[in-house]
Amino acid sequence: MNLLNDFLRDLLFLPVQASDWARHLDFLHYFVFVASMLGGWATLATGLVFVLRYQRRRGEDEQSTPIVNPKPIHEAVFIGLPLVLFLTWFAIGYPQYVELQTPPKGAIDVYVQGKKWMWKFAYPGGPNSTDVLRVPAGRPVRMLLTSRDVIHSFFVPALRFKQDALPGRYTQAWFNANVPGRYPIFCAEYCGLGHSSMLGELVVMPAEEWDAWMEQQRRGSQPVAQDGRPIPAEEVDLRGSLIEQGQRIAGVQGCFKCHTVDGTQHIGPTWRDLFGRTVKLESGKTVVADEAYLTRSMMEPNAEVVAGYKPVMPTYQGKLSAPDAAAISEFIKSLRTDAPTAEPQKGPIYVPVTGK
Amino acid sequence: MSPSPASSPVYNTPNYLNAEKGVRSWLTTLDHKRIGVIYLVLTLTGFFLGGVFALLLRLELLTPGPTIMDAMTYNRMFTLHGVIMIFLFMIPAIPGIFGNFFLPLMIGAQDVAFPRINLLSVYLYLLGAAIAVWGMIHGGTDTGWTFYTPYSTTTVTTVAPVLLGAFILGMGSIVTGLNFIVTIHTLRAPGVTWMRLPLFAWAMYATSVIQVLATPVLGMTLLLVAVERVFGFGIFDPARGGDPVLFQHLFWFYSHPAVYIMILPAMGIVSEVVQTFARKNMFGYKAVAFSSLGIAFVGFFVWGHHLFTSGQSTFASGVFGVLSMFVGLFTAIKVFNWTATMYQGAIQVSASFVYFLGFLYFLVFGGLTGIALSTVSLDVHWQDTYFVVAHFHFIMVGGTIMSFLAGLHYWWPKMFGRMYSERWALAASVLVILGFNATFIPQFLLGNMGMPRRYYSYPQQFQSLNVASTAGATLLAFGFGIILTYLIASLVKGRAAGPNPWRSRGYEWNTPSPPGVENFPGTPVYDHGPHEYHEPVAGEVTRAH
Repeated sequence: MNLLNDFLRDLLFLPVQASDWARHLDFLHYFVFVASMLGGWATLATGLVFVLRYQRRRGEDEQSTPIVNPKPIHEAVFIGLPLVLFLTWFAIGYPQYVELQTPPKGAIDVYVQGKKWMWKFAYPGGPNSTDVLRVPAGRPVRMLLTSRDVIHSFFVPALRFKQDALPGRYTQAWFNANVPGRYPIFCAEYCGLGHSSMLGELVVMPAEEWDAWMEQQRRGSQPVAQDGRPIPAEEVDLRGSLIEQGQRIAGVQGCFKCHTVDGTQHIGPTWRDLFGRTVKLESGKTVVADEAYLTRSMMEPNAEVVAGYKPVMPTYQGKLSAPDAAAISEFIKSLRTDAPTAEPQKGPIYVPVTGK
Repeated sequence: MSPSPASSPVYNTPNYLNAEKGVRSWLTTLDHKRIGVIYLVLTLTGFFLGGVFALLLRLELLTPGPTIMDAMTYNRMFTLHGVIMIFLFMIPAIPGIFGNFFLPLMIGAQDVAFPRINLLSVYLYLLGAAIAVWGMIHGGTDTGWTFYTPYSTTTVTTVAPVLLGAFILGMGSIVTGLNFIVTIHTLRAPGVTWMRLPLFAWAMYATSVIQVLATPVLGMTLLLVAVERVFGFGIFDPARGGDPVLFQHLFWFYSHPAVYIMILPAMGIVSEVVQTFARKNMFGYKAVAFSSLGIAFVGFFVWGHHLFTSGQSTFASGVFGVLSMFVGLFTAIKVFNWTATMYQGAIQVSASFVYFLGFLYFLVFGGLTGIALSTVSLDVHWQDTYFVVAHFHFIMVGGTIMSFLAGLHYWWPKMFGRMYSERWALAASVLVILGFNATFIPQFLLGNMGMPRRYYSYPQQFQSLNVASTAGATLLAFGFGIILTYLIASLVKGRAAGPNPWRSRGYEWNTPSPPGVENFPGTPVYDHGPHEYHEPVAGEVTRAH
């Protein structure tokens, strides 16, 4: 099996498989490739046999041929065979796609911001970085992507992972890289002059090493760049964790004039236990208060107003940068009392910052 | 424009080429055949320009770093290549040239339903092409032919003129489609029933429906982008309160059906070519005719397969994925029927027939890679990489251009009354097919490796395949050079073709070559379908009333 995998992977010029998902995707790729080659060449070979077999007789420009029309069974086979094959592929491929788009509970969150022409990464409770993303091997990582300017697309060939980063909203997808190593990150959506130099690097570290590294980063002691080099003090972000940043920004922006954090109702809904709840809207629809909804409510507050409230909130479009919005989302997230995602986040990310 | 040397025996009889003389007679002509020839000259000019840009792009990609141009020039050049090839060649070429020239001949009509509107479409094409090309070169548009927002609404280069140009080209496309629909409905000669309609006419009908229904959406979308750029309205740019993904939905609502505007006429041509050179009636005429309509219909509901990685809902992606497979299904039905048509035929391997075989090959593998992309999960890896580039070039270039060349070689004697060198044509066809493969198979592999498209520079590991692709493109250019040379030679000194050099029983061959100004003496009446080869000698094919 491994031998066959390596052989077909090399034959098709595919990069290494740094996750199980990538491996499974490649298996579908092999199936589609082999079946296409067999089916395609069987059809074309039939055609070539006809070409050789039914040559026009020399000098007989007006040679006549019998009229041959299909019986219903012919057309049924012509329709049935490809249909069954195509739907089989889809039945394998679509669940894979749904899996990719459905992050498991307890995944480590990474906020990704694309901008011309670099990638910025931020961990809740952890450091920020540019172009180099460190993740632990064997743990699910959820990417929450946005862009500051035009559309970018976060692409790691080794993970077969790609997700567009859109300005003004968040998209998400997840991966679980289980082979430590360094893998290139490309921008796949054309974004102008520096599109092909918008490169990054994904560093998959053994989980314990990553834990230690994260601990060190969070303490802020001995600042080192993500590739291990010491970095100058003025570049170290000392503003604390995303949650702390979120609280500070919310204060500065005046969010607390309308929103409480202790569960009492005010001009706007309370932030206590808001995250992850299913909220009823004025329009009668319901929506889950996830990162995407929270961000949208900051940028387009009157698009989805919670039932029982007036559409009075001003837009923060242009006032809040994407990292600010992410920080506020993280702050709201931290205000859950029964948080199933906040609590089991093993690893150092959610260790209280003041705890040590 | 008319190649007629008056002394030549070919043009002794009066025909559409020598009936009137002078540039003015061409600029004001209402004759569908002359309009077809004008489109031939115009779209081939577009093809030549787009091809030169393609070669320059391939040259730039020979080395990982800068080779012959800077990044800005590269970005402008792939925009030029895409816009020119799609809007000035792929969309208008086959309907404009062969649709105009042969649709009336195939249904026994003297002209299209609205000859003046037909001439108008030529001028819309000229105006739109001039504005678009001038705008791109003068303003340095660098958005790519897809104009994705908010890049296109915020780039510092000029975008509005090319949008206006594409808008006007779209209007030309709409009136051509409308003209053909009315022509097929109202001008069929007695005996040309719907079930005897030549398959090229069926394909043109399906194409025209898409042109009429989808093109207005493109017009509106481009207008919205222009409004946002010029007046600062927030429609697509989130910084002004717009929605960038809305653009992608609107754009692909046209531009996905548009790829069927490019491939359906191609499918029509090969249906004619295989019947003529295999001397066989189409196996499964109805299946081939109705699958064209099927593609035209389903083609409207698959645009979301361009957005699998855009954050679109997983449910929507699933629906778009399954529906996309039905396009592949209709295509597979056609492929099987074309193949079966050769069964018990009397095959003559002409250059035109070699292009038909090449078309089958590119359609089969271009199509199957399309199905692979619509499994949704595989698209996550391939989206926006060279795999997608190779896939659509297999279909668009390998498919549409193969078929275009098949049609050009098949109908050339009818259009100009002269033969070309069959030997050179066969040599060139082999060269062109090899060149296509050498150009685009490496690009499939580059996509597998993960090389994103629209990359000016690339990491070292991608180089060897890029060199192979560039070498293939050179071969391809060489092949096209040969074709151009012997076709021009044919115009000057090709031997007379006679009315029916291929002994085809397609309706359009019941005319002199080149046809007279009036296509038929009186109204033809048909008592049999086209391409019936079961009788030793064709019955009386036309009766003048």
